[in-house]
Amino acid sequence: MRRSVFIAVLGVATILGIVALAASARYSAPAQQKPEATEVKIDNFSFGPGALTVPVGTMVTWTNRDDIPHTVVSTDGAFKSKVLDTDEKFSFTFAKAGTYPYFCSIHPKMTAKVIVQ
Amino acid sequence: MVGKMKDELLHDHNHDGIDRRGFLKCMAWAGTGAFCVIRGGVLSSYSLSRMREMSPKEMASELSFVQISDSHMGFNKLANPDVAGTLKAAVEKINGLSVAPEFILHTGDISHLSKPEEFDTVDQILKDARAKDVFYVPGEHDVLNDDGKQFLERYGKGSKGAGWYSFDKKGVHFVGLVNVLNLKAGGLGTLGHEQLEWLEDDVKHLKHSTPIVVFAHIPLWSVYPEWGWGTEDSAQALSYLKKFGSVTVLNGHIHQTMQKVEGNVTFHTAASTAFPQPQPGKADSPGPMKVPAEQLRSVLGITDVNSVQGPHALAVVDSTLA
Repeated sequence: MRRSVFIAVLGVATILGIVALAASARYSAPAQQKPEATEVKIDNFSFGPGALTVPVGTMVTWTNRDDIPHTVVSTDGAFKSKVLDTDEKFSFTFAKAGTYPYFCSIHPKMTAKVIVQ
Repeated sequence: MVGKMKDELLHDHNHDGIDRRGFLKCMAWAGTGAFCVIRGGVLSSYSLSRMREMSPKEMASELSFVQISDSHMGFNKLANPDVAGTLKAAVEKINGLSVAPEFILHTGDISHLSKPEEFDTVDQILKDARAKDVFYVPGEHDVLNDDGKQFLERYGKGSKGAGWYSFDKKGVHFVGLVNVLNLKAGGLGTLGHEQLEWLEDDVKHLKHSTPIVVFAHIPLWSVYPEWGWGTEDSAQALSYLKKFGSVTVLNGHIHQTMQKVEGNVTFHTAASTAFPQPQPGKADSPGPMKVPAEQLRSVLGITDVNSVQGPHALAVVDSTLA
């Protein structure tokens, strides 16, 4: 009888432990993936966010959501996309710290920057 | 900001007699039509519906040509899923003009994505036009990915630099300029030093009475810099044309008709044959404007230009595809 109670308690403790582990895993996930920090959306002839800050080594992906093609071109030559039609993407991994201003070479009024720390 | 721009566009800065009302009279927004005659720098406008009342002398012309623009072949979004169909309608409109045009000027954005098959389709459709010669300047959509190499190979025969050139027809001097290459971050259209030097030299030896027609894709006047609708160094280009009595500047890019007179220069932008764009500052961005399908052709169009008798007279007529 005593042994079965012990096993039951152990079982509950194990389940609680798994739940706790799962919970902690769920809460720590966003810090590791940083999903919103690596996306830039091109919408209505503008880059959003206009200034994006990311850690060194981050891959940034631009998605063109306009009806009109755009490009993503670094002002100082660090990166340059091909023309992006609607829903097309361009990615670049920032290996060095610094500020990277860029623009759309088709619509040069569209400017933004990535700050790599 | 929008209000400020409007004032800049509409007030008579140059004391040339074109006040806000006069400008509005001659500003043919997409969907309407205007017939503008310039004689000795004085501009009169008539609505298309009144053209029948005009005397044959008023309508007589020595040279007639048509401007089309922004065919954006390859565009297939909601604003116009059939840009080939509307370009064909433009050709029908050209073929139906009472005075057969001698040639066609295409002021750029022939293609949407600079794809060879897009250029091929436009070439094929324009073969059905009564006017056989077509003179092109590139839009920014025609020089994607290769800095205009393909455009030069297709259309740049006999041109200089990135594709600029001039030619003469019946006493009128035509100049095609390229202002869509080497665009700088935050900037507007650019002609560049080399092209400006060429232009200065090209017009140097012409008589002051020679009518000049300059055509380029991005407007050579400040339509709306916030949307990039202007050219950084256009003032220098225009300074070389000050000595001439009659200068007409024809542009595209903004997908709507607009006209302005500044001293000896008449600026005009043509409608697109593909899709309309919003009036300056009237939307969040200059993206394609969606209109009900049955209204689309009323906001697309062609521009018919006539050199009327006398050295100081060019008439510019916009008509829609409806």
